[in-house]
Amino acid sequence: MNQNEAGARIAGIAEAKKGKARRKLLRSGDKELSFLALPAVLYIFVFSYLTMFGVIIAFKNYRYDRGIWGSEWVGLQNFKFFFISEKAFIVTRNTILYNVWFWIVTTFCALLVAVLLNEISRKWSKYYQTVMFLPTFVSWIVIMFLVQMFLDHDNGFVNRLILSMGGERIRWYLEPAYWPFILTLAHLWKSIGFSALVYYAGIVAIDPSYYEAARMDGATRFQMVRKITIPMLAPLITILLIMAIGSMFRGDFGLHYFVSNNSPLLYNTVDIIDTFVYRALAVSGDTSMAAAVGLYQSLVGFVLVVAANYTVRKINEENSLW
Amino acid sequence: MNAAALSDRKAGNIVIHLFFILLSIGIVAPFLLIVSVSLTDEKALAEFGYRFFPSKFSLVAYDFVLQTPGIVLRAYGNTIFITAAGTVLSLLLTSMVAYAISRRDYKWRVPLTVYIFFTMLFSGGLVPFYILMTQYLHLKDSLWAIILPGMLSPFYVLIMKGFMGKIPYELIESAKVDGAGEWRIFFRMILPLSTPALATLGLFIAFNYWNEWFNALLFIDDDRKVPLQLLLVRIMNTLDFLRNNSKYIQSLGLDMSQLPDESMRMALVILVAGPMMFVFPFFQKYFVQGMTVGSLKG
Repeated sequence: MNQNEAGARIAGIAEAKKGKARRKLLRSGDKELSFLALPAVLYIFVFSYLTMFGVIIAFKNYRYDRGIWGSEWVGLQNFKFFFISEKAFIVTRNTILYNVWFWIVTTFCALLVAVLLNEISRKWSKYYQTVMFLPTFVSWIVIMFLVQMFLDHDNGFVNRLILSMGGERIRWYLEPAYWPFILTLAHLWKSIGFSALVYYAGIVAIDPSYYEAARMDGATRFQMVRKITIPMLAPLITILLIMAIGSMFRGDFGLHYFVSNNSPLLYNTVDIIDTFVYRALAVSGDTSMAAAVGLYQSLVGFVLVVAANYTVRKINEENSLW
Repeated sequence: MNAAALSDRKAGNIVIHLFFILLSIGIVAPFLLIVSVSLTDEKALAEFGYRFFPSKFSLVAYDFVLQTPGIVLRAYGNTIFITAAGTVLSLLLTSMVAYAISRRDYKWRVPLTVYIFFTMLFSGGLVPFYILMTQYLHLKDSLWAIILPGMLSPFYVLIMKGFMGKIPYELIESAKVDGAGEWRIFFRMILPLSTPALATLGLFIAFNYWNEWFNALLFIDDDRKVPLQLLLVRIMNTLDFLRNNSKYIQSLGLDMSQLPDESMRMALVILVAGPMMFVFPFFQKYFVQGMTVGSLKG
């Protein structure tokens, strides 16, 4: 062993010791970090995991005076009640159909708006975006009032317009037939600003040299949109579609509950699982049945989210949840 | 580009601007209508209906509301308390846990991350939540029933974690070498460095608390605890509102039958929802950031 080698070995050991001490120093933070995380851990335990455990209410005949433990087990009876009623079909159908339909309409309109925004100067497009974004800040409760301004039976703008043209007033809040259209309009009004912005951001990120090349070749604006913009946005659209499928079983409570003014004659047309569960819990007091429907929604939702995420992962790992 | 193509392009631009101007009018129209109704004389409303321009201008509705501002002010007070307390607590809770799981050398990093994000996939639903809140936490008619449920969201943690993960590890390391503990590092170094993320997230959280109505609808019956959005729900039912206010109105020596019912309701909506409509757009950029993460990651 020559001196150099020995020196190197000693230095190596010292280095290793230093590294160990250093790692120890850095490791020592685990306990403190756990303390930092503790409040959130407790919070999540109470508000998420305890309520997950609470789904056993769905298998009991829950009574407030007896509590969860004291209430009797009834097996699948609550589910049976729900699924043999025609309501199960109606609210499931409505939830899915509204979601699918909203997605199609919103995506189409948002793409149109985004493409057109890209055709005008940045200055103007910013103004329009700000205006379109205004409804995002408005709660569904305020929108309930806004819709009523138009649809009120006696004084509403629409009925007065119909009258002035010699027609008959329409009882909007009693006529289910109009509501899929009205809800679509309300949904679009509230969400177009944000949805358009997502796609607009996607368009702005497209490499401008594609457009330059197309322009050189004499492509029209319409051709450029069809052959460049839309294909380049396809991945984004796909991701958003799959995400939408993941939440297909969840509806927008505020839209369906408030905008329709919770009018009983409209239930079959506007009711979704969320509003149904709320009413079963807060109005009719079918606590256990509401829990059963909630569990049904959560379970199907879980399967959908997992399936959606699995698909997203296959396409683009960066966009997946886990 | 030749002249014909250029003029085509110009014509196209005019059509596009026309489209956006019409769209903007369509989006602003409902706001104009409600403002106009609140400024219209009650009798004119009954005669001509709701119009985009007041058929007979009147400020009586606002007069009425502002003469008895108690209810609106109390609702503002409740909402301000909910928003302030909720935002501060939420940011603290979120950033603390986000920091822990953003540290690559933290021992429980992976299990904790799974623990947090599993809650995004499955929830017990409304009923167990309702029973937990009312039967076990006894939060019926408490403002905490509105503050607590929205305090921590996996989305918020995700955003914070993403930001804190970008803080160079060398900074933390050197602080440790200098003998600083994790708490000190977190409060003295990480939080100040995260100001941009805290501001973005804080605005988003504040906005959610300000517009919160679902938990208020579920848990608040007490008149004194009503936040703004729930006040609006109650105004929808005018009779309720009048009944609760009849004492005020009588004390003013006013005839109930002369109450500007319709226009007053709309004036209330504007006083309750209006001010924030002027504040929020200034922060549009931050909302977009918050919502983009939220929607793409969920």
